Amino acid sequence: MADFVMPALGADMSAGTLLEWLKQPGDRVEKGEIVAVVHTDKADVEVEVFTSGVLEEVFVEPGTEVPVGTVLARIREDGASPTEVARSAAPGAGKPSSTPVEEPRLLISPSARQLARELGVDPATIRGSGPGGRIQRKDVEAAARARAGAPAAAEAAASPTGAATTPAPPAPPSAPTADRQAAMRRAIAASMSRSKREIPHFYLGQTIDMSKAVAWLQQENLRRPVTERLLSGALFIKAVALALREVPELNAVWEGEELVTRQDINVGVAIALRGGGLVAPAIHRTDELSLDELMHALRDLVSRARSFSLRASELSDPTITVTSLGERGVESVFGVIFPPQVAIVGFGTLVERPWISEGQVLPCPVVHASLSADHRVTDGHRAAAFLSTIDRHLQEPEEL
Amino acid sequence: MSTVTLTYREASRAGIRHALATDERVFLMGEDVGAYGGAFAVSMSLLEEFGPERVRNTPLSESAFVGAGIGAALNGMRPIVEVMTINFSLLALDQIVNNAATLRYMSGGQLSVPLVVRMATGAGRQLAAQHAHSLEVWYAHIPGVRALAPATPEDARGMLLAALDDPDPVFIFEHATLYPLEGELEETPHAVDIDHAAVRRGGDDVTLVTYGGSLGKCLQAAETLAADGIDAEVIDLRTLRPLDTETILASLAKTHRLVIVDEGWKTGSLAAEVSAQIMERGFDLLDWPVRRVCTAEVPIPYAKHLEEAALPSTERIVHAVKEMAF
Repeated sequence: MADFVMPALGADMSAGTLLEWLKQPGDRVEKGEIVAVVHTDKADVEVEVFTSGVLEEVFVEPGTEVPVGTVLARIREDGASPTEVARSAAPGAGKPSSTPVEEPRLLISPSARQLARELGVDPATIRGSGPGGRIQRKDVEAAARARAGAPAAAEAAASPTGAATTPAPPAPPSAPTADRQAAMRRAIAASMSRSKREIPHFYLGQTIDMSKAVAWLQQENLRRPVTERLLSGALFIKAVALALREVPELNAVWEGEELVTRQDINVGVAIALRGGGLVAPAIHRTDELSLDELMHALRDLVSRARSFSLRASELSDPTITVTSLGERGVESVFGVIFPPQVAIVGFGTLVERPWISEGQVLPCPVVHASLSADHRVTDGHRAAAFLSTIDRHLQEPEEL
Repeated sequence: MSTVTLTYREASRAGIRHALATDERVFLMGEDVGAYGGAFAVSMSLLEEFGPERVRNTPLSESAFVGAGIGAALNGMRPIVEVMTINFSLLALDQIVNNAATLRYMSGGQLSVPLVVRMATGAGRQLAAQHAHSLEVWYAHIPGVRALAPATPEDARGMLLAALDDPDPVFIFEHATLYPLEGELEETPHAVDIDHAAVRRGGDDVTLVTYGGSLGKCLQAAETLAADGIDAEVIDLRTLRPLDTETILASLAKTHRLVIVDEGWKTGSLAAEVSAQIMERGFDLLDWPVRRVCTAEVPIPYAKHLEEAALPSTERIVHAVKEMAF
């Protein structure tokens, strides 16, 4: 059996409202499939499952607000499925077992289970001190304390008071736009306040010669239908993703007093919403996408962000954020880092400026790139290397 | 407010005396309650004080004199019937179950039976298997009656007075070992609340639920546990029917661990009922399975060491608590 829990769709989410079940008890679900829609302060989010099996039981009715970590449904895993059997067969035995593999039942006292729900702690991660490893209240409390000591952990409900039990009240599911806006504003306020409270920011800026990139883009777009044209924004995002391969400490989160670098490069893209507010959902494995795939992902994200239908993993997975205020004519943007990430890259508008090259002043398209970074985990030298790597990639647009 | 120190026995007597003195409908009847003063000397001297009309000896027939009490109550009197021990009261069960408990219902509310029956219960005095059982759960099983278990002199006096105010049959189970127990009481007798359990000792780590003769053992166990850093809350049920589960739940919300101490046999005991109600209403509060400390499933032995071994003891309560890992 696997529990399907209310996910933390961002660092500052402590509760969410289940809006809709897209699957009913008895339905088959596949890993990665969307089974429910959850309303958060920021958006209505489609939530996927991480287990294949049969949706056995649903515990939360639509319209109910529950804390992060609350079990929403139970999924009966298909233990005898070929992949499961292959994985669980004795190493070297060579012959697949026909016995279904049952997950050992989680031993936890009712009160501890309740407390874990309230505190948003996943019981599966707790070590029990009771007989047979049964989890008791004190074990849950210890786990919650350990987690509280890790302010940047994804769970942290960093409301301005820092009290995990008093989150800003999220808007009800059918909330009018004004309420939704207010709720989003509170969520942003909490996240940004926490960022400026906890993260020692430092800022670097660099003006990048875009003449090669612009020329290449114009040429590329000539042979594309209008709907599939590439935008400079896609180049920026890809350049950032590739630069992260070379400066991996910026592709990371700050968890419990230490830097945890992430394998996958999931660039979060700040998307302004109509009527105010913003979200920064992830483009998964950005560095592995072609520019066309990236462009497609970007368009999809923008449209879904604006219709409040982002997926859970998109909100929880960014490892860095890229923000651009180019369309507004702003030349430089120095962002505030989204905790628990450790860096945000800003791009201003693409403008023509006098540019001195080989002793000659020429008109040249340029963009100002900035980096806000967490001084706990990196320093000016590495950050500068990161910016210049972005620059280098933008000088080779055909390689992006 | 002036106070007076009384034994449980004296307090019970003070309650009866106060009722006899203030309400002419009240009378006491039972085996040897007159000149002899009752099997446990509760009614000593009341015959001289109030005369044979109001303090009446009865024949050796529990069925007859409990039945007579029911008849008197039906006709407007407020009888206090004393049965020597709970073992003997079984002879009156037909009157109790089929008449006292049912007449209000069967008459569509036209009749009521404001009867009070007192009896001694429990072991600990080497009175063996025909005088020492704790069968009060059998009475707590019956709809239509109220079952009380005073554990203190204050309750021994006040519960009797409250019982006389109740329009329906009330059974008071006085634990035989408690009669010499002293306590400080308000000088003026008055009825006490008979709807709620009482927290006799506050604590945060474990809840001990008990009643009657086991209260002292639980309080003593709590002291022993306190020396080991375990802070036990002790709840005296007081009223066995209807059970005050709310007080237990409130305590459990704090301690999350429950031990029920009950001198009845474990099977079908009051402890079993409390445990079941907690499963139904307090499941999510529990951090450990409910534990019961009850009497061994044997007729109460006569031999002193065997009797002691059969009954809940301070040591067994402490042990049950310590089995729970803190």
